[in-house]
Amino acid sequence: MKFDKYDIIVVGAGHAGCEAAHAAAKLGSKVLLITMNMEVMAKMSCNPAMGGVAKGQIIREIDALGGMSGIITDKTMIQFRMLNRSKGAAMWSPRAQSDRMRFSEEWRLTLERNSNVDFFQDSVTEILTENNRVTGVKTQMGLTIYSQSVIVTSGTFLNGRIHIGRKNYGGGRMGEKASTGITASLEVLGFESGRMKTGTPPRLDGRTIDYSVLEEQKGDENPGKFSFSDETKPLTHQRSCFITYTNQTVHDILREGFVDSPMFAGDIHGLGPRYCPSIEDKINRFAERSRHQIFVEPEGWNTIEVYINGFSSSLPEEIQQRALKQIKGFENAKMFRPGYAIEYDYFPPTQLKMSLETKIIDNLYFAGQINGTTGYEEAACQGLIAGINAHNKNNENEPLILNRSDAYIGVLIDDLINKGTDEPYRMFTSRAEYRILLRQDNADIRLTPIGRKIGLADESRERRLEEKLKNVESLTKELDKQNLTPEEINPILIELGTPPVEQKIKASKILLRPQLSNENLKSIESLNRIIGQLPEDDVVQTEISLKYASYIEKEKETADKIKRLENVKLNPEFDYSKITSLSSESRQKLSKIKPETLGQASRISGVSPADISVLLVYFGR
Amino acid sequence: MLNEGVIVALSTASNRAALHVIRLSGQGCFEMVDKVFVGRKISDIKSNALVYGKICSQNEDIDEVVLSVFKAPHSFTKEDVVEISCHGSPLISQKIIDIMIELGAKPALAGEFTQRAYLNGRFDLAQAEAVADLINAESEQARKIALSQLKGGVSNQIEMIREKLLEFLSLLELELDFGEEDVEFANREQLLERIDSAESYIVKLINSFGSGNAIKKGIPLVIAGKPNAGKSTLLNCLLNEERAIVSDIAGTTRDTIEESFMFNDLLFRLIDTAGIRHDAESVIEQMGIERTLQKIEKAEIVLYMVDAQHIDDSTDEIKAIEKYHDKIIWVLNKSDLLSSEKKIPENDWVRISAKKGEIESLLNRLKELCNTKYLSNDITISNTRHLSALKESLISIQKAKESLKQGLSGEIVVFELKSALEHLGSITGKITNDEVLGSIFSKFCIGK
Repeated sequence: MKFDKYDIIVVGAGHAGCEAAHAAAKLGSKVLLITMNMEVMAKMSCNPAMGGVAKGQIIREIDALGGMSGIITDKTMIQFRMLNRSKGAAMWSPRAQSDRMRFSEEWRLTLERNSNVDFFQDSVTEILTENNRVTGVKTQMGLTIYSQSVIVTSGTFLNGRIHIGRKNYGGGRMGEKASTGITASLEVLGFESGRMKTGTPPRLDGRTIDYSVLEEQKGDENPGKFSFSDETKPLTHQRSCFITYTNQTVHDILREGFVDSPMFAGDIHGLGPRYCPSIEDKINRFAERSRHQIFVEPEGWNTIEVYINGFSSSLPEEIQQRALKQIKGFENAKMFRPGYAIEYDYFPPTQLKMSLETKIIDNLYFAGQINGTTGYEEAACQGLIAGINAHNKNNENEPLILNRSDAYIGVLIDDLINKGTDEPYRMFTSRAEYRILLRQDNADIRLTPIGRKIGLADESRERRLEEKLKNVESLTKELDKQNLTPEEINPILIELGTPPVEQKIKASKILLRPQLSNENLKSIESLNRIIGQLPEDDVVQTEISLKYASYIEKEKETADKIKRLENVKLNPEFDYSKITSLSSESRQKLSKIKPETLGQASRISGVSPADISVLLVYFGR
Repeated sequence: MLNEGVIVALSTASNRAALHVIRLSGQGCFEMVDKVFVGRKISDIKSNALVYGKICSQNEDIDEVVLSVFKAPHSFTKEDVVEISCHGSPLISQKIIDIMIELGAKPALAGEFTQRAYLNGRFDLAQAEAVADLINAESEQARKIALSQLKGGVSNQIEMIREKLLEFLSLLELELDFGEEDVEFANREQLLERIDSAESYIVKLINSFGSGNAIKKGIPLVIAGKPNAGKSTLLNCLLNEERAIVSDIAGTTRDTIEESFMFNDLLFRLIDTAGIRHDAESVIEQMGIERTLQKIEKAEIVLYMVDAQHIDDSTDEIKAIEKYHDKIIWVLNKSDLLSSEKKIPENDWVRISAKKGEIESLLNRLKELCNTKYLSNDITISNTRHLSALKESLISIQKAKESLKQGLSGEIVVFELKSALEHLGSITGKITNDEVLGSIFSKFCIGK
């Protein structure tokens, strides 16, 4: 069997692989997407949900750049909630409950519509190189396929090992084979690899759950959506999730299984995420807690399968089942599949450049869990960046590198490359130093111009953005002009429990009070006439810009200052060992990470401000 | 490029010496010095020069000085530079530095002059490595030394502040990043309590600058008491004591800068001695309890003297100053003349006879007090740069508190708090995101 020479081969069709293939193909590259199983592309291996705090912001960023995760989530979601509504707007985070099967299908159909994407079902066993440059891949079927670039998005499949109790066997996901060969072939090339661990909870038969005794968690009354584009619409009806709790009896049963826990027995060596502990871990570490929350999440519009969020476990299936039956509402529950833990290979991401290309092999890119991250959103955004950069490099364009002040995506990649990670890396808003700049509502303002420039975001997005900016500008002016009389505004202020005013006050000024939002102002007829005719997003955008103005300004200032260091380019091939005035730790780290700018060097752990002064000397001022 | 504004620091060692040199560098330093310099206007000087004159602030002569004026780029840093050579007293040089800071100069970071020098192209690349070595040594060492100089008590305190702020930050981040989790979030009152406690630690440290600085500048000491108690005799005794070094700080008038003496490795500054010395009794005669209290306020240590024979005259005053007992040494003079049936207030009196020069017991007590107050682990910050870092962080902490009270959302409070941490970071080391997350995961059951 013979293949054309491709521009880019994408290995793996998960969230990273699909975004990578789509981006590169849309930009014009000829892409071959190789997956071990065409039936389960972009499969949600864990919970059927997209977004959440910090992760929702990432989806919005992917969408603003022209990636597909936002649109596909919108098209396949069954529930939408804006998390952190009670906090300030910088913290608002969209989250969707997805239809697992539809999500996968929608991704596949999206890629099928792109004539630049070819598909092949096989397992890659070797990465081919010549003179430290990638040339293609070899597959299990013994085929050799050539390409200019290769993007590896292997998820949990590299030497994956599934654990349930003392039983363990090779597998990349429950019911699917592991992928072997790639790790070894990369190690031969000089890459360092490690092991990580993650886990997933059991799935139950929804028909056997007594929902009448569970707490219902509905979607938002006025649901939003992820994509900035008009291609998708908010949901008109939604499915609910339900909440129940574990109890002491459940904990006692689970404890019986501790002797057979692969975690406690030491069968698992990889490090798991602290923020995604198994139920046995929670009971063990927080013994004083008498109960833990359990979310019952529907897996789709029509399926009866439900996902038991909060009950991730690798205890023997018999223990899992017995314990589940002691949970309120689950007395008669039947299990579809037990929870399990999985160990897999990853490659410490400090071996990458900021473009996600590897340092030692040209044109080879890694994205997703292979880089030590966890989460669909984290994977998808890396896939997007790797896809763009592989295409850009082949076309002799500069790589797309987002700064920490540009996007959560920038924070994520910068953290990975400069700090590395020992546990599966998940995004949190607290990882971003410019949290007030990096909001979900302004992802389009931040990134659509960039997406447009590289050619991924289409013209309609640009037009919509221009309209939004225009509306924000005019509404801001209008609110600055409108003087509200005490008679108009005081009833509203008093109702909200904030002191009334004695003189006329500008609408823009009264909005600064934390208790007030544009919703409150709508009850004033003159304002309603102006606000009412604008898209809600634009009104919210205006309000946020006003309320946060001084903080936004300060964060921008700080970011600009730091960007000056960012502009001092370093030579990645520089031999740091000859600067004896650097601390030895710093010499070691710099040699390993090979920073591309002084700003990047300053964020490497172990590199002190004094070391940066030294580098300033060597690399000019 | 990366450097803006005027920086100032003492460029010589800070102990007593014949001369001290204070260096200022940066655009605007000439104008700054002109504001307090009586002599030629240095911003008008054409070339590099030495200029003699006086530093004078708020109509007070501080010192006679010689300025070395270097015009950019003919200076060490290639910026405008003034070096002020003043008399080598910590008191004077600190005063001059304080004046410059008030005028807008920033205390120089360790190695900052050298850093500016090479940033401005003072050195070619061949020299760079040597300089870089130097800087590396300077800044890292300086930070470590500065930290190690903070003896036990204070570094513990700073560590405590760091922990408090870390805890506080984690509680805020918990509710921002994990608002959906089934954990108990701190309410606003609890948060306020925590930030209050961090604030009070910082305030305490800032206030300790007084005594930390006192060690550098001389500990203000007051001799108080009724007329005829024997104050002037004691004063002479202290100044003439063999182990005490009497000094008039060079070149300054006796009336503006006080008498000082060294004892137990500490420099003491006697406040308000002019009155005692020249016309002791008549001046003090007119002093009411009010004046005495004012004097005590200003002092770090008070020797309150009573004539054993006339102790009854002092009863009211003793009661009035009782609340300052922490810094008072109760001195019973002419104790050899005390009649055995005389009742004295139940203070911890040291008995001396100033006239006979028998003040050993007083000196012992002074030593004891100083040891607990200044040489114990509770020693305090004395570094101007630390002080300004603490002050900046206090401002941010107060803003954070204010935003909490106004009910602003957590990310705003964090915003202010992070800026507090930035400032503290120069003393304590920064709190990293990993630490915050680590603290959250260790205390709360996070994750579904």
